[in-house]
Amino acid sequence: MKALLTSTAILLASAIPALAQDYTPDPNAKAGGTITVTYKDDVATLDPAIGYDWQNWSMIKSLFDGLMDYVPGTTELRPGLAESYEVSEDGTVFTFKLREGVKFHNGREMTAEDVKYSLDRVTNPETLSPGAGFFASIAGFDEISSGAADTLSGVEVVDPLTVKITLSRPDATFLHVMALNFASVVPKEAVDEYGTDFGKHPVGTGAFSLGEWTIGQRLVFEKNADYWRDGVPYLDGVTFEVGQEPIVALLRLQQGEVDVPGDGIPPAKFQEVMADPAQAARVVEGGQLHTGYITLNVGMEPLDKLEVREAINMAINKERITQIINGRAVPATQPLPPSMPGYTEGYEGYAFDVEGAKAKLAEAGLEGGFSTELYVMNTDPNPRIAQAIQQDLKAIGVEVDIRSLAQANVIEAGGAGAAPMIWSGGMAWIADFPDPSNFYGPILGCAGAGEGGWNWSKFCDESIDAMATEADSFTDPSAPERMNMWSDVYMKVMEAAPWVPVFNEQRYTMKSERMGGDDALYVDPVSIPVNYDYVYMTE
Amino acid sequence: MLGYLTRRLIQSALILLGVSFITFLLLYVLPADPVRQIAGRSATAQTVENIRHQLGLDQPLMVQYWRYLTGLVQGDMGRSYLQKTEVSTLIAARLPASLLLMAGGIACELLIGLTLGIVAAVFRGRPLDQGLMVTSFVAVSAPQFVVGLLLLYVFAVQLGWFPIGGYGTFAHLVLPAVTLGIMGSGWYSRMMRSSMVEVLRQDYIRTARAKGLTRGRVLLRHALPNAILPIIAMIGIDIGIFMGGIVVVESVFGWPGIGQLAWQAIQRVDIPIIMGVTMVSATAIVLGNLLADLITPFIDPRIKLR
Repeated sequence: MKALLTSTAILLASAIPALAQDYTPDPNAKAGGTITVTYKDDVATLDPAIGYDWQNWSMIKSLFDGLMDYVPGTTELRPGLAESYEVSEDGTVFTFKLREGVKFHNGREMTAEDVKYSLDRVTNPETLSPGAGFFASIAGFDEISSGAADTLSGVEVVDPLTVKITLSRPDATFLHVMALNFASVVPKEAVDEYGTDFGKHPVGTGAFSLGEWTIGQRLVFEKNADYWRDGVPYLDGVTFEVGQEPIVALLRLQQGEVDVPGDGIPPAKFQEVMADPAQAARVVEGGQLHTGYITLNVGMEPLDKLEVREAINMAINKERITQIINGRAVPATQPLPPSMPGYTEGYEGYAFDVEGAKAKLAEAGLEGGFSTELYVMNTDPNPRIAQAIQQDLKAIGVEVDIRSLAQANVIEAGGAGAAPMIWSGGMAWIADFPDPSNFYGPILGCAGAGEGGWNWSKFCDESIDAMATEADSFTDPSAPERMNMWSDVYMKVMEAAPWVPVFNEQRYTMKSERMGGDDALYVDPVSIPVNYDYVYMTE
Repeated sequence: MLGYLTRRLIQSALILLGVSFITFLLLYVLPADPVRQIAGRSATAQTVENIRHQLGLDQPLMVQYWRYLTGLVQGDMGRSYLQKTEVSTLIAARLPASLLLMAGGIACELLIGLTLGIVAAVFRGRPLDQGLMVTSFVAVSAPQFVVGLLLLYVFAVQLGWFPIGGYGTFAHLVLPAVTLGIMGSGWYSRMMRSSMVEVLRQDYIRTARAKGLTRGRVLLRHALPNAILPIIAMIGIDIGIFMGGIVVVESVFGWPGIGQLAWQAIQRVDIPIIMGVTMVSATAIVLGNLLADLITPFIDPRIKLR
């Protein structure tokens, strides 16, 4: 399983932080046709305030829009429902000018009131939005989340087409936050009508609207003929069939019944697919903002000793682990993936060195080694990777007991600080948006180190936290100086070695022969597996 | 008869109450927190506490259970934690598919199992009998996941006789029903064989043969009804086994039943769905057993229900 966590907006490649205004339409694109996409799991919800797994993330993207958006196939921000925006000198006031004449699927025109309503809704504790915390920098957030207010004082309707958002502190990531699904604009009357069931009856401004939803079987998206972006979408519709095992989806793809297997190529079939030229030709490969790592709990003996954590870092043969997953990844040297801005070029990390590792252990007074536990999610290939780690550590005298559990149980143990070591596979961090800050706070910062947090190393260094806060107070998110600061943050983290960064996974999407469009759309960093708004059919 | 029925219904209700309590308790002590699943990885401690409070998960176990139970008797199974939809809606949408699959599975296992069992009994001790019994042994032991994929590959992908998974027409039903039925057919053929062998040894069979009835007539009219008796009770129990089987078969064939729903809910600690599916399955099993007991007197007048 992947769900929730492998989750979310997954972002790739060379992030060009500058703001791109537009996208060059594909001259070969043809309108028409309906494609079939399969998934194993049910679609949980299409409510943009609630949906937070990688399956519904891109579906929600096609049904709804936010003020900001990304250029298809890239991590470049571009205005969405906002036509333009202005940022105040100190970076705390954003004034968004909305597009005129944008209509919801129910025919009503979208206004600034809807923007305000949507932000109030997502931050209201009663909505139970997993994304509420992203909006913490908007003035009035604390009041609404404690229940003292029912509206965000920082969001102001200036006129029907202008919204002014005031932040309580500069937040370099704010425009990215406004591009998250959680910031999608929803019509109040539809939310009121369906209440808790809005997630089954979504109404947005997106390129597609929901036509049919047969629970447990299929969802049909229909083209929004009135879509405010000219010329798209190309497809007349998308049919999502759920409850399909990835291996069956692959067979159906080969028979021409499926266009995109949403869960990707099953690991067991990967080599077979890549060895067959006809099938390999239909595979698109791309990077993603993902790092797989081993967390070392700094609160537990003997992992509380820096030398021990360094020794473990040196003992892991990352090349071999990469081979276990058929080379679908590149070995990692640091927490950030290479395509993330702020990545430290030229940093070698801890080199694989068994003798050096033994020496480090001796330094810590543990020549004889020790015993510890490694928690791992119980789906392939994670237990196999855990065995490789076990062997590597045995070579330096560390006896590892593998605890292979269901995902929820591993997360629980990690959050409680009960796990000495965790292999992150199946739960690894994938960025919500292409900014280096997203890899720090929840998983390496003090904020995530509390009970239940995602910082499973329980690593908390206040001086590094202070550096991170400073870097995020910049007005310009892409300022080179800011990126240098983030690079420093992660180098400091590596010195303390709370993690073993193991690899950065690549993404592989398969498509049928009749699917057209730039390869980048098939490994779109934001829309997984495919950017439905821009792909087309060739026949 | 009426007294018996009342007594059995009260027993059934108590069993279901027990099932609900034990399942609730197990889910409560599970070392996985549903609130974490809902809150997601970016949630602050405050969001987590807020969600826990809103769902009433900060209440003591007995309060939570009582709340669930009082809802349940009024037909309210609560809302899914992650989908936010009513559990009754989700189950109602999927139950027909599971019942259809189960009916198909039972039909397959009886058809295959009884036929093989009778043939084996008639040819008792000969190579055909031994061959069939070995086959049934393999059928009992074969993992359904493998059998399902094998059937899918051969009959749907290679031969193209049936659709590759999915739901809707009779053709869609065949392969999943056969997969589900194959395991049971192994049991039935062995049971049918021994039961038949037993009956064929009886004096009245010899008498029937002696008075000149044909072999076929003796087999079908005199032996079968008696031999089939223990099998009927099996079908009721079978429903329980099938409840496990449909989880696997439904996921292989993309069959939109409650097994799939339960499996997905377990992965994500969606407790209201797990409880809902457990209660519905338990009810089906209890009713299946009850039905089997009620039917027997009609088939065998010697049995009286008291």
